Amino acid sequence: MAVVRVDWRASLDLTGQILLYLAGPLCFPLLVALYYGESTVPFLAAIAVTVVLGWSLRALPGEPGELGPREAFLAVALIWFLVAAVGAVPFFVAGVGIIAHPVDAMFEAMSGLTTTGATVLRDFSIHSRSILMWRQVLQWLGGLGILVLATAILSELGVGGAQLMETETQTRNVSKLTPRIAATARLIWGLYIGLTLLAVAVYYGLHLLNLAPNMGFYNAVAHALTSVSTAGFSPEPNSIGAFSPAIQWAVIPFMLVGSTSFVLLYFAINGEPMRLLRNEEFHFYLGVVATGSVIVGVALAVDPTVPFDTEATIRHAVFNVASIVTTTGYASADFELWSPAAKHVLFLCMFIGGMVGSTTCSIKSLRWLVALKAFKRNLFTSIHPEAVRPVRVSGNPVEEETIRDIYAYLLLSLVIFTLLTVFIVVDGTRAPTEVTEFEALGAAASTFLNIGPAFGDAGPYGTYATFPRSTRAVMIGLMWVGRIEIIPVLVLFTKAFWTS
Amino acid sequence: MHVVIIGAGEVGTSIAGSLAQSHDVVVIDIDSERADQLKYELDVMTLAGDGTASSTLQQAGIEETDMVIASTDDDRTNLVACETAKTLASPFTIARVKSVEYLRTWEITEKAFGVDFMVCSDLLSAENIVRIVGLPAAIDVDPFAGGCVQMAEFEVMEGSPVAGQTVAEADRFESLTFAGVFRDGELILPRGDTLIEAGDRTVVIGSPESVQDFATDIAPETTPGAADEIVIIGGSEIGYHTARLLENRGLKPRLIERDPERARQLAEELPNTLVMEHDATDTEFLAREHVDEADIVVAALDSDEKNLLVSMLAKRIGTDRIVAVVDSGDYVSLFEEIGIDIAINPRQVTAEEITRFTHEGVAENVAVLEDDQAEVLELELTDSSDFIGRTIQDIAGDIDADLVIGAVTRNRELVTPRGDTVLEAGDHLIVFVESSFIDELTSMV
Repeated sequence: MAVVRVDWRASLDLTGQILLYLAGPLCFPLLVALYYGESTVPFLAAIAVTVVLGWSLRALPGEPGELGPREAFLAVALIWFLVAAVGAVPFFVAGVGIIAHPVDAMFEAMSGLTTTGATVLRDFSIHSRSILMWRQVLQWLGGLGILVLATAILSELGVGGAQLMETETQTRNVSKLTPRIAATARLIWGLYIGLTLLAVAVYYGLHLLNLAPNMGFYNAVAHALTSVSTAGFSPEPNSIGAFSPAIQWAVIPFMLVGSTSFVLLYFAINGEPMRLLRNEEFHFYLGVVATGSVIVGVALAVDPTVPFDTEATIRHAVFNVASIVTTTGYASADFELWSPAAKHVLFLCMFIGGMVGSTTCSIKSLRWLVALKAFKRNLFTSIHPEAVRPVRVSGNPVEEETIRDIYAYLLLSLVIFTLLTVFIVVDGTRAPTEVTEFEALGAAASTFLNIGPAFGDAGPYGTYATFPRSTRAVMIGLMWVGRIEIIPVLVLFTKAFWTS
Repeated sequence: MHVVIIGAGEVGTSIAGSLAQSHDVVVIDIDSERADQLKYELDVMTLAGDGTASSTLQQAGIEETDMVIASTDDDRTNLVACETAKTLASPFTIARVKSVEYLRTWEITEKAFGVDFMVCSDLLSAENIVRIVGLPAAIDVDPFAGGCVQMAEFEVMEGSPVAGQTVAEADRFESLTFAGVFRDGELILPRGDTLIEAGDRTVVIGSPESVQDFATDIAPETTPGAADEIVIIGGSEIGYHTARLLENRGLKPRLIERDPERARQLAEELPNTLVMEHDATDTEFLAREHVDEADIVVAALDSDEKNLLVSMLAKRIGTDRIVAVVDSGDYVSLFEEIGIDIAINPRQVTAEEITRFTHEGVAENVAVLEDDQAEVLELELTDSSDFIGRTIQDIAGDIDADLVIGAVTRNRELVTPRGDTVLEAGDHLIVFVESSFIDELTSMV
């Protein structure tokens, strides 16, 4: 038997450590449960599970070694899966509605942690406020990436932290704001927490000004947790559509900021706004949002079935396009009822994503921008084969190796997306209602790219509960794979990873 | 004057040769045979030894020396030699360097490394090429403020579109200032309604790009424009700086480099240059890329043989003008004899610059115009300068002299001077002034 070359003990040790820390965030819904006089059992059970699991992973025999690149891959994949599994415990233990089933509890938790925002809930009113709040907290934890958080807290990770952040986001060379990676992670988290608190203040402030009757303090906190994290869960079945236009306008900037590079935001706040404003990826990302909004707006304006109102048309177009491009997944209206033109534009928007180094998911603007520029360059070099023309983003040359990685990533994403679509259609023949091709395309993109709502039954006001449970089980895996950018999971299935 | 020259290579020998007639020259070289040999070539004292060692410098009489010129082929040796000389005594030091990095560092204080005057041979050669290629119509061109400002003097030819225009009509570029006009050898300070005549010599100060644009206006026939094709063959340091300086003038040259890694590096650093990775001696390639239709070819490969070969190839396929870099001084005339338009020898250029400097005592940041009637100077405003916090209009009204502030640079960026521009400490002014007022001006700054 070949010798295992991965120091799996180091990966498990880190995983155990993070699971122990997970007891902290679990106290938040516990307090909510105490406040509203609801059952605390689901959360106490989850705390017990995470502490026992975490402790046993750390207590395994053997001495954990250094965290190298391979250990980081294993740790990232394990941590995201196990944190979601612990996150599912409260849903399972509470035993209310569809999420009493372990697969659906796991679906809801994975959808939460990966900031997808696809739900299997049908009737929101049967669930306790603390359980609904736990969904929101899971999304907030997953927003910036668990390992960025871990690096911020566990300063002993040191260089290993940079390794973990790079693995989690599949980028080379994490931009360090400070010489120490832990300090950088803390600055980024500080910014994230600050923006979340600002969102609470704005949402609740609008309520106090009588501009948002439904946005009480509970809802203000719940939605603040899932807007900057571009996650998309809402304790309301009608998402942001349940709130006043003022709230809908207020949510848009938070989604957009959440999908902007946090490093560049940090510079912008500290007196260097030009680094953000001159960034080409930023232009591309905002350009996509603007173009999508105009097309959807026109589609809505000419749609005879939608009553025309200038403010509402603009609001719904901008809100829903921004929500999809940033991969949030909120909806201000049931876009399932819109014309095919509008729906198909939203479908295309799913593939873009915000900026690298933000809370966004999907393919991300930078990859598209580099791929498009590299393609344009190829057209040029087909005329001048000897020309050496580096692809530049914001004036900085992009390495050829990075371009190849991006091509491979795009191809891999599209292959997985296609396979998933076919699977959903085929598996859907067993469902009580037929799954159409467009529904399957939408649901595949929406789960794999971590967006949330899709079309048909899985529309923004709908539920994924109508898909067969086997489809949902596969979706759990793909939300997981999609959120950690494919490679860390796939690499675990290669022989070279374990032995060479 | 007592002069010590360190390094008896081509540059050192050439400088020693031109200084030996009127000064006492000591030449130090690490190679004792070379030192011996030089004794019979020139009327100088020679010394074999390490020019960076204090013992050698003391032996050369550093205490009584007025000027030290470090001209070896090695940058660091030259810098250490100057610093050592400054530590031992207080001569005026001149260093020759190849790396532009050292020049940029030196420019920050103009005292760094114990160097009083620095000549960067690669940059100087590139500047010469670009002047020949880019501004053939100019009589004189001088860079200021690290190259972000230029002064250029042009003669207005018969039939130039600018002849017959007023200054206001001709001065249509945002970052260009019309500093002076010489008519029949007499200085006229230009006003907006001054009429420019054929035969006038005009002095303009501005960004390299605006000077280039102005040259296109004044001499459209000879000045290359965006439509003209400039091909640089060879990505040596000189080739790189030539491309970079042409880019600064708004031109888009092509550069051919054979080594893939160097080609990639150049392509990354030169966004407006089309870099091609290929062997420039491949005629099929040259024809396919239409190098035969190029207006100007610059041969800047790393050996004279290759430069000769590509120059002849370019000539044969029909290029208009060819400029070649020639490393060995002996070949310069040979190159020109066989039909290459201009041959540039970096060592000769460096030696000439240093010699010119020792003769005139004029730094790079001063340009003397028309028999010393006027000068263009670069002045840095210190904290105690009278000019700080005042507008240009205000200052001009105060001084009873013929003076034009041609350009202001702040943090190495060009600020186009307007009447209401307020000056700050640390600003560099590029001023056109009549020679008789120089003392008055410098006392105010």
